[in-house]
Amino acid sequence: MKAGDNREAVLGRVLGPSEPELTCEQCFEELDRYVELSVAGDPADARVPGMRAHLDGCPACAEDFASLRDLVTQEGD
Amino acid sequence: MATALMTAPPEISWVDRLRSEGAEGQAAVAELHALLLKAARFEIGRRGVQLPHLRGGDQEDLAQQAADDALMAILRKLDEFRGESRFTTWAYKFALLEAAVKVRKRAWQGREIPLEDEAWSALADAGAPAGRGAEDAELFAALREEIERLGERQREVLVAVALNGVPIDVLAERLGSTRGALYKNLHDARRNLRAALASRGLRVGTGGEEEA
Repeated sequence: MKAGDNREAVLGRVLGPSEPELTCEQCFEELDRYVELSVAGDPADARVPGMRAHLDGCPACAEDFASLRDLVTQEGD
Repeated sequence: MATALMTAPPEISWVDRLRSEGAEGQAAVAELHALLLKAARFEIGRRGVQLPHLRGGDQEDLAQQAADDALMAILRKLDEFRGESRFTTWAYKFALLEAAVKVRKRAWQGREIPLEDEAWSALADAGAPAGRGAEDAELFAALREEIERLGERQREVLVAVALNGVPIDVLAERLGSTRGALYKNLHDARRNLRAALASRGLRVGTGGEEEA
């Protein structure tokens, strides 16, 4: 934890998302579809329920999502 | 139209080509490996700040290992490709995962997992911002008490990942477990903490609604 972390960030990390979320395995399985929906501007969160909550709760999966999104976006440029 | 009928969709073409015998299959594997290597270099490049001591040659070795491991995983799981995304997007996620895990583990090589004491002081700091007063002090004191009441594994994972910022892959390796299993521990710990705080009548706002 870094100095200057605010209250909400710490509570968010400790208590995590309150809504239902995917597991890490399910997240990896759906990641490519979710990324393509996101990049296309489609309603990814509605199409892949539980993904957003998992990405909010799992820093490692959130990094994997950001990397794939940025790579796919770069490829599309 | 004629062209579309004559050309297989690229996703199907990738799978068929990778399954081909002989030179065509080998060419497809080589082509895929090149794409995976590109993805691994992309990931390692963006995470270079986590590996300031790693030389260019070492980074390239890491990228090659990640591409090799991703290729093996993909060839094992080819039947699982459902065509719900482009084949390359599906394949990239394996290379990015392998590269990210390798970078996180390398960045933590030789480092000790931080002690619980470090988490407690940081938790106390987060619970004492100006202008919030006794209510927040009570919440954070209760939070620490309830974290200490968690089962050993749940507490260990929560403190390391959520408070001390240890990457879950690194912790999984140290504990001889998997990311998925540890995330289940983390998820259960969070659920138990929420329930415990609610039973104490403590309202937990992690959004901005209390800031207004």
